[in-house]
Amino acid sequence: MSNEYDAIVIGGGHNGLINGAYLARAGLRTLILERRHLVGGAAITEELYPGFQFTTFSYALSLLRPEIVHELELTSHGFMPLQMPTTFCPTDDGDYLLIGEDKDENHHEIARHSKRDADAYDAYNHMMSQVVHAIRPLMDSIPPDITSKDPEERARLAAIGSYLADLPPRVLHDLVRLLTGSAADILEDYFETDIMQGWQASSGIIGSKVGPRSQGSGLVLLYHAFGEHDSVYGAWAFHKGGNGGFTQVLARAAEALGAEIRLESPVERVITSEDRAVGVALEDGTELRAPVVVSALDPRRTFMELVDPRQLPNDLVENVRRLKFQGTSAKVNFALEANPTFPALRGRTDQYRGFINIGPSLDYLERAFDDAKYGWYSSRPYIDSSIQSNIDPEMAPPGKAVMSNFVQYAPYQLRESDWDTEREALGDVVQARLEEVFPGFSDLVLHREVVTPLDIERTVGLTEGNIFAGEFLAPQMFFFRPAPGWNQYRTPIHGYYQCGSGTHPGGCVMGAPGRFASRQILTDLSDA
Amino acid sequence: MIRHTPFHPRTSEANQTGLWSHWSGYLAADRYQMADKFEYFAIRNSAGVFDTSPLYKYRFTGRDAERYLAGVLTRDIRKCRPGQAQYTVWCDDEGWVLEDGVVLRLSGDEFLLTAARPNLAYFSDLAAGYSVSVDDVSEEYGALAVQGPVSREVLAELAPEIGSLGFFRLGPAKIGKIPVTVSRTGYTGDLGYEIWVDADRAVEVWDRLFEVAQPRGVIPVGQTALLIARIEAGLVLIDVDFHSARYAWNDDQRVTPIELGMGWMLRRLDEDDRAFIGRRAIEREIEEKSSRWKTVGVVVDWQDWARTHNDRGLITPKDHTPQHGSMMLYDGDLAQVGYVPSFVFSPLLQRHIGIARVRPDHAAGGTRLGLEVNIDHRYAVVDSEVSPLPFFDPERKTA
Repeated sequence: MSNEYDAIVIGGGHNGLINGAYLARAGLRTLILERRHLVGGAAITEELYPGFQFTTFSYALSLLRPEIVHELELTSHGFMPLQMPTTFCPTDDGDYLLIGEDKDENHHEIARHSKRDADAYDAYNHMMSQVVHAIRPLMDSIPPDITSKDPEERARLAAIGSYLADLPPRVLHDLVRLLTGSAADILEDYFETDIMQGWQASSGIIGSKVGPRSQGSGLVLLYHAFGEHDSVYGAWAFHKGGNGGFTQVLARAAEALGAEIRLESPVERVITSEDRAVGVALEDGTELRAPVVVSALDPRRTFMELVDPRQLPNDLVENVRRLKFQGTSAKVNFALEANPTFPALRGRTDQYRGFINIGPSLDYLERAFDDAKYGWYSSRPYIDSSIQSNIDPEMAPPGKAVMSNFVQYAPYQLRESDWDTEREALGDVVQARLEEVFPGFSDLVLHREVVTPLDIERTVGLTEGNIFAGEFLAPQMFFFRPAPGWNQYRTPIHGYYQCGSGTHPGGCVMGAPGRFASRQILTDLSDA
Repeated sequence: MIRHTPFHPRTSEANQTGLWSHWSGYLAADRYQMADKFEYFAIRNSAGVFDTSPLYKYRFTGRDAERYLAGVLTRDIRKCRPGQAQYTVWCDDEGWVLEDGVVLRLSGDEFLLTAARPNLAYFSDLAAGYSVSVDDVSEEYGALAVQGPVSREVLAELAPEIGSLGFFRLGPAKIGKIPVTVSRTGYTGDLGYEIWVDADRAVEVWDRLFEVAQPRGVIPVGQTALLIARIEAGLVLIDVDFHSARYAWNDDQRVTPIELGMGWMLRRLDEDDRAFIGRRAIEREIEEKSSRWKTVGVVVDWQDWARTHNDRGLITPKDHTPQHGSMMLYDGDLAQVGYVPSFVFSPLLQRHIGIARVRPDHAAGGTRLGLEVNIDHRYAVVDSEVSPLPFFDPERKTA
């Protein structure tokens, strides 16, 4: 094994793998280093109970950029985005809202709750799709450096201004409302029923320490709408074998393109010489050399741990120090004897082929957030559930079920306690809530996995367990992700780059940071 | 009156959409649930069960059955031993394709042939002087295709003898106590089987099959799902990719086996001493290199597809609903060099693909062609590339 490379990527999560694959594709001798025994970062699948595949952390595929699928030829390595055709939303009174693939059937189903909302649903979707389509070019490109006086950067900035000014006024205004307002403000314009408001608002809180009535939840709502499955905005898919199946595909693609992946190779630090990165030192003392070093870790680790912050400008250090992480999400995953049943559906289980949204109203979500504001997990949490074996039968033995539950809110910092103490108590709260929805649920449980923000931080390395490697707050997005002046994947250390979800555009297994970073690196190399 | 297949008591329960097509006079489910893409993925990720009963089925029995079929069918049936199946075409005496189908050789002197159209008179008229009896047994059987990666383990659990069945092999089996014939054939290009059962026992087979299959996520699939899979598999469809020469009005509507991509059936023609219908015309076509077309795949350039739609303010369409028609193909000078009768966005390959017929000098893999599409009532030409068929050919299909 040689220790000389053209590029070394630190971190074998999805962005590290994508970045390494693109660098290898451009002909660079590329090494991807992963601390753990498997690649994937937070996008892994593990058999935690015999025959049951658990998506311990990340649990669906949505924002992945389609360009990556084509450019890295992922379909020839087993890429398989299975459709999730239903969304099931239990209401508080034992009824439900079941949304599927047929527009008119959905209309009638929503009309059971409110005819007004049934009509509004189409209008709302059209509005969101228009806004997403309008700003897609901005999300799908490297933002200008807003701090730069370089005429080229200034011109790109001006071009964004012109682009926005050319949008239909209504679309621009909706965009501003989403970027600055709360999810509730927007949803209450369209919907009158609790279930429609609650269901839609859940996309405005996922992964973020905001309630649906907090300013800023509109941005989170918009961000999630960037998900697309075969050109349907806001639609999600489930990769065969879970997101671990997806990152295995990425690993195969990267290796096929010539990248080398080393597992169980934790990096201690980036080696620098005269403000240049020249390689990395592993924790076991091994030194590996490369003129390009890319960190796929979050900004806190990229700037404060892998390099000596004293080598960096004060402003950057200050900005990275005050970045908000504050993870508030947990996972509680189950191996089940069978599909749980919902009384009003009288034994049907084919409605569980997508997400099960346990968040029946804005008030429910806001109250769940109230607990978190004061340092505790929700007594009645929001749960984004998915019985993945109904989508990919190989996730569980025949007839049995594996269920992923994304849980909010579970703040990283607990008041007068800690997650090692509260882990199973959180699991009990979630299980009790599921028992309410699916009577007899607990009798089906074969195995339970509770993943707290602390576990996410410990296992995956995401600071404070934030699933986006930095919150989706306006001052941490676009020009400012992760910090003003450093949003173009470079760092103040020459040859040292960043490509994790803490960079533009952000998380959600989008892959764009890894792709854009490779483009920046290759441009810099060709300019040098 | 529209007819019901032997599985109708079950397919009608399973069809939640109320959407049926008429197929050879029978009701055939378009899709059983609102999400036909979910059904499609069952074929590629677990298994889908498709009711193929409406196909016409002919039984040929008798001492001369082999000799008779050797003269009627284009592909050499003598190479198909008892217990084997063969995909074949049959032609008229000018070498134009009449139809395609699958022959199951049940024994030395018993064959079962599937066909898309009625053929009893045609086959019977040709039987004069042969010791062969030709029977239309279309209504005697129910047929279920079980297609997808878990099909083998599901069927082997029902009848272990199926587990060892090779590609295009067949044999008797028992599902529950019901005698069936199982062939390792299908129309999806995947690992898959077809179960042939007496019509009056069909429902029992369905029930027993789903007892084992349902917990593995196997579901009934409708025509849309099947037709996506068959384009990926490069399998042609009558009345879409070709027309029967029997009912054609001109040669534009006719196609030879070689033009249809079946040249491989005729590769050893020099070692084949059969006098089969159309042979002389086919030999002439080979000798004179007079084929007008080649059947190939086309793959649309994803960037150009996105750009063309984006320029018109549209979200890039990725519609998995198969399009059957005649999209034009152009060379660099916008001269028409072919057409695409079958087109779809493949959910698995994530590409727009089509089965195309192009002029032989434009058929080499990698040839760039322009595909004409209609966007908001205006024509646009998007880049595409000739690709070999099939688009999707997993190892498990033949393993």
